[in-house]
Amino acid sequence: MTGNVKTFPLGGVHPQENKLSANAPIETIPVPTQAFIPMGQNLGTPSKPIVNKGDMVKVGQLIAEASGFISTNIHSPVSGKVLKIDDILDATGYKRPGIIINVEGDDWDESIDLSNDIKEDIELDSKQIIEKIKEKGLVGMGGATFPTYVKLMPPPGKVAEYLLINGVECEPYLTSDHRLMLEKGKEILIGTKILMKALKVDKAIIGIENNKPDAINHLIELAKKYDGIKIQPLKVQYPQGGEKQLIKAALNREVPSGKLPIEVGCVVQNVGTAFAVYEAVQKNKPLIDRVVTVTGKGVKKPSNFLVRIGTPLQDLIDAVEGLPETTGKIINGGPMMGKALTSLEVPVVKGSSGILLMEEDESKRKPESPCIRCSKCTYVCPQGLEPFLLSKAAKLAKFDMAEKEKVMDCIECGSCQYTCPASIPLLDYLRLGKTMVGANIRNRNKK
Amino acid sequence: MSMLTVSGSPHIHGDDSTKKIMYGVVYAMIPAMLVSVYYFGLGALRVLLIASVACLFFEWVIQKYLIKGPITITDGSALVTGILLAFNVPSNLPTWMIIVGALVAIGMAKMSFGGLGKNVFNPALVARVFLLISFPVQMTSWPKPQAIINGLTDAITGPTPLGIVKEGLGAGKTMSELKPELPDYMQTLMGQMGGSLGEVSAIALILGGVYMLIRKIITWHIPVSMLLTVVIFSGIFWGIDPEHYADPVFHLLTGGMLLGAIFMATDMVSSPMTKGGQLVYGFGIGLLTILIRMWGAYPEGVSFAILLMNAVVPLINMGFKPRRFGAKPGVVIKTS
Repeated sequence: MTGNVKTFPLGGVHPQENKLSANAPIETIPVPTQAFIPMGQNLGTPSKPIVNKGDMVKVGQLIAEASGFISTNIHSPVSGKVLKIDDILDATGYKRPGIIINVEGDDWDESIDLSNDIKEDIELDSKQIIEKIKEKGLVGMGGATFPTYVKLMPPPGKVAEYLLINGVECEPYLTSDHRLMLEKGKEILIGTKILMKALKVDKAIIGIENNKPDAINHLIELAKKYDGIKIQPLKVQYPQGGEKQLIKAALNREVPSGKLPIEVGCVVQNVGTAFAVYEAVQKNKPLIDRVVTVTGKGVKKPSNFLVRIGTPLQDLIDAVEGLPETTGKIINGGPMMGKALTSLEVPVVKGSSGILLMEEDESKRKPESPCIRCSKCTYVCPQGLEPFLLSKAAKLAKFDMAEKEKVMDCIECGSCQYTCPASIPLLDYLRLGKTMVGANIRNRNKK
Repeated sequence: MSMLTVSGSPHIHGDDSTKKIMYGVVYAMIPAMLVSVYYFGLGALRVLLIASVACLFFEWVIQKYLIKGPITITDGSALVTGILLAFNVPSNLPTWMIIVGALVAIGMAKMSFGGLGKNVFNPALVARVFLLISFPVQMTSWPKPQAIINGLTDAITGPTPLGIVKEGLGAGKTMSELKPELPDYMQTLMGQMGGSLGEVSAIALILGGVYMLIRKIITWHIPVSMLLTVVIFSGIFWGIDPEHYADPVFHLLTGGMLLGAIFMATDMVSSPMTKGGQLVYGFGIGLLTILIRMWGAYPEGVSFAILLMNAVVPLINMGFKPRRFGAKPGVVIKTS
């Protein structure tokens, strides 16, 4: 393959890749008849609706405002009439506040540049770019949905040296980033340049896993025109796309325990985010749509769709010729870190990267048996933790011990549970440990 | 689609299982089993069968009638214990003693600690040492290996190479004087010497070890650290006084050294959890083995050494942690 392939040093697993939709070009699917827009689409505090029942809205019009520092604006992904502001089911399985819009036509806000021309010149300065990204409601598109603009403003005393663009897509099945890199490579690179300008850095690295040679070669070719952007092929090893793992692989820098990437001079953004940045800054387009992979072994036509936020998942399922009868589990995201859904009523949100339909026979966990202390969970942990010990600590409610053994360093990648020969739900226990330890730490800090 | 499953991530699982690991160990022991039957005839087959069946039977009885819990005898762990127990006794051991050994292994060393995964000590070794202390005569009467099947338990018996050395050196003889009585390297490599039925053939044991390494059932850390310690430690004394100390290769190829290093010390349940800890554990076993072989009352010390190190595994686990990502690279974080 291309050049020197890098990887992270600790642990990792290699599940079957199953990139069934890798060759399916991005298709735009029709605007839904009704859009369901949850107010909690970012990590942090939910947004506040600023429209009322009966209001007419255009595509791209601001309909909800950020409610704090770590919060984002939400724009209408459709045009039509606000039916009501009510609780709607989201991916967590809870009903949460949202805006429901009855779609009428497809009438875009005039300020948005709808032309297909690629706009290369970056006119805005650093401050204006960050303001624009904030205004247009951008969040991390890889799934964590952290507000993008916050990451572009390093805390006092910290300086960014590198921008890392995450095109790893190490989750099995998912291909939305892969297709985006192939089809919107130029836009991603311009988006990267914009982010570099915002951060005032002159070096950017786009990390891509080696199972996407076409994307790697395509971007290497395109990047010749853009100074300071390097394409870094990475070994196919899960969780290569973990923020800390990516920085370690690309730059051999280790984010200290409990700290953010900026500590080692890095800011990481997803390729999807880079594309959204291009659209926001160059085209004045808010984050109102995204690419979503719809896939699974039983799916007739595994696809990548460009979908409006707020589209019910049922519409996506219809677009792949319906739900296979053998479906036993619906996952929002990939099979390693995605969330199992309770219903198809859930809408697409800013953080939806894929919908995975799992067959009935692969949906259920295997029965748990006693730990045989094989230590495989320790060998595969990319954070150097001892999942067997942490799970036991959580099970016995020894949360002080869990904290001392660094449970908060767990990135919830699931490698331990994937590997465990005894099929122990290790990550369930680790999540419990993290929740309790997190609460303990917050209480301590209050005092 | 009638009902959707909802559970936490990850939603896929690798295809490893306890059963696969246990049967992997059983497959790895096949070469040594074949060699034992080749050299010790039907006697070896008898011991293997009785030990395995007895271990499975006792696990079943205890799970069904004492614990009244689920029966898990098909997971392969009791079978592994049975075969290892057979590997650790002479091929002419009376049937009832084998059964007593199986009861000690499964009942005392495994189930009374809470069953699979909970035992501190290697069950087969606890049974071996129990038998050695209880029935020292029967446990040290070693049938001479011969490739002809000649009856069940009436083979000619003789001492093991380690026994010859211990007794000979104790009686004031030198290594050169003992040489004619000892098997040559080729014979020890192939297994033509007295000993427990599974320990004699180095080649068969190494073959099994390589298989387990490839299947990732074991890692190299424990065997390599243990054997290296043995070579270095015995090598120092042999280098100083070759007439009164056996050479390192002799130590490697005789007694239960390879059986211990490959199959007993690597037992997942009773060995340390991190690779650093495993290196220390292997070092301890190697050191203790040579100490016992050179200056102890018994000619062989592998079993005792492994059991002694089993006892300190919890301590090793506390002292040796994996390298934490985000800690200073290369630094082992100590927790108490």
